[in-house]
Amino acid sequence: MSLELQAAQLLTSQGLDQLLKALRRGGCRTVGPTVRDGVIAYEDIDCLEDLPRGWTDEQSGGHYRLRRREDDALFGYAVGPHSWKPFLHPPRQRLWRTHRDGDTVRMQREAPDGQRLALIGVRACELKAIAIQDKVLLGGAYGDPHYRARRAGTFIIAVNCTVAGGTCFCASMGCGPNLTAGFDLGLTELGAAGPPAFVLQAGTPAGSQLLEEIPHRPATANEIAAARARVQHTAEHMGRQMPTEALPQLLLRNLEHPRWSEVAERCLACGNCTMVCPTCFCTTLEDSSDLTGRETSRTRRWDTCFTVDFAFVHGGSVRQSTRARYRQWMTHKLATWHQQFGTCGCVGCGRCITWCPVGIDITEEVSAMRTSEPT
Amino acid sequence: MRERNARPRLAVWKFASCDGCQLSLLDCEQELLALGEVIEVAYFPEALTRAVRGHYDLSLVEGSISTPRDAERLHAVRRRSARLVTLGACAASGGIQALRNFADAREFMAAVYAHPAYLHTLATSTAIADHVPVDFELRGCPVNKRQLLEVIAAFLAGRRPAIPAHSVCIECKSRGLPCVLVAHGRACLGPVTQAGCGAICPACHRGCYGCYGPQETPNTASLTRALTALGLERRQLLRLYRSFNANAEAFRSESERHAE
Ligand code: SF4
Ligand code: SF4
Ligand code: SF4
Ligand code: SF4
Repeated sequence: MSLELQAAQLLTSQGLDQLLKALRRGGCRTVGPTVRDGVIAYEDIDCLEDLPRGWTDEQSGGHYRLRRREDDALFGYAVGPHSWKPFLHPPRQRLWRTHRDGDTVRMQREAPDGQRLALIGVRACELKAIAIQDKVLLGGAYGDPHYRARRAGTFIIAVNCTVAGGTCFCASMGCGPNLTAGFDLGLTELGAAGPPAFVLQAGTPAGSQLLEEIPHRPATANEIAAARARVQHTAEHMGRQMPTEALPQLLLRNLEHPRWSEVAERCLACGNCTMVCPTCFCTTLEDSSDLTGRETSRTRRWDTCFTVDFAFVHGGSVRQSTRARYRQWMTHKLATWHQQFGTCGCVGCGRCITWCPVGIDITEEVSAMRTSEPT
Repeated sequence: MRERNARPRLAVWKFASCDGCQLSLLDCEQELLALGEVIEVAYFPEALTRAVRGHYDLSLVEGSISTPRDAERLHAVRRRSARLVTLGACAASGGIQALRNFADAREFMAAVYAHPAYLHTLATSTAIADHVPVDFELRGCPVNKRQLLEVIAAFLAGRRPAIPAHSVCIECKSRGLPCVLVAHGRACLGPVTQAGCGAICPACHRGCYGCYGPQETPNTASLTRALTALGLERRQLLRLYRSFNANAEAFRSESERHAE
């Protein structure tokens, strides 16, 4: 967010509460961070009290714990296991059904979901991930009508990160921690003692319009400087670094590097990394018929390149080994994604590192390959 | 195509097992009427007193082979069945009773029975597929009734059942459950176990017990290293891998690395 002096406003936490209420009055389903079962989850939230006040997280490879903060910050943590993907591109989506009556078959397409979503507390890396999924799922001639419908009504309240998680590396990927585009309202939480307050900036006319309904005042130069300093501090304290220089080339010229076999020895082929990744979009189709054969349906569900069936072609799977599957995943994320979609497939959110049960670390794999490249 | 009236004949057989998987079929209350409409339940001693003898289009086989008599009976079942689908962990890997495979069955018998000489049992409990060709193995302890209906519906439609062989983690994450292993440091077999249950245990904040047996490409050695780092000791690892699917190849060989 370019915190321009004239435009930045100051919002109190009550103001944020009113913002949530105004969105709900306007017919939006408000979803945001909340503490559930020991993690910060994205779920339906009604009011300020649902936010994870005074919590932060401790993250490293295969490790996540909630910790208490010393203050009452509402957004004092990094991203958890969920992304916004389940809301915009859900794990299961029925596409159509048929009903057979004698010799007539009636086909019924599933209508796109018209509910309006307001996403609260979206981070810079997540905005980038949503922009990437927009490109994948809406770009080109065959956009996905379900994704389009969900995205069309989405209102986004983004937050600048005031703390980087132990596995975050958005700064290396040029995807954060500061907000640049893709939000309706952008917040930076101020760190002073007392109730949380936010420096706020509207990113769209819809954002400015909503702001009109809420009490706020122009932010002072000191407040703006404090907000800037906090985001700058986050950028300087990333949990991980990704050595990105000529990354696609590095990977694509090392397809036979012994490191792939080493990582395959650790990799469980469990698929957790792709499930939590905010940009992974792959799905498979599941057809079903009932016992009588009168009702059939086709459902799209999340798939992952770590299963055998993912690469099933006539005669069998072309990626039998975990080595081939891990290599597919990482080279797609970091190299061939560029060719396919003109952008990198990784935004540096660190989820695949934290939520890998054995802590496989994409940044460590890249570094290892870079330092041990056969000459 | 078959005549409308000539419904395919179904038989349900039991070998060494607890009956839980057969009960999953009876548990399909809503769908039982539809099932009766499209299939002739010809042999199902758990539910029916009458029995139609002869050949069956589909046999569902529950239980493992643990006696010489059962081994013979199974061959007869196979001969009379066009398609044979096994139900549950006992039938797929030998079940919990396969713990005898790691010990001396005669010692157990002597400890439990006054006159063990009257028992005619095998030294091992083994999977149905170890004895006869099997068309499809439905996993679980017990099987999931939704998956059971899917297998029957797929059989009737002549299509492949949509029963993925991937990990429990994929189901767990699709439900948005927080990972008990990563977020709570609890032992979970989900990464090496086949999906199907819907991640019931992680949903109750418990680690997966491995009821559905090894997933398609299980990496137990790597999971064991992670569990050891969480503080699990040899005995705990042994117990973890030795339960309902103790005799499934991947779990058996991993457990042997932790045996005395
Ligand atoms: S690959 Fe990993 S770090 Fe990159 S966007 Fe996906 S989950 Fe985040
Ligand atoms: S990767 Fe960057 S933007 Fe994303 S949560 Fe971490 S610090 Fe924030
Ligand atoms: S990299 Fe980690 S999370 Fe991904 S499939 Fe392998 S073990 Fe599972
Ligand atoms: S709780 Fe178990 S099944 Fe679920 S993601 Fe974690 S390791 Fe996998």
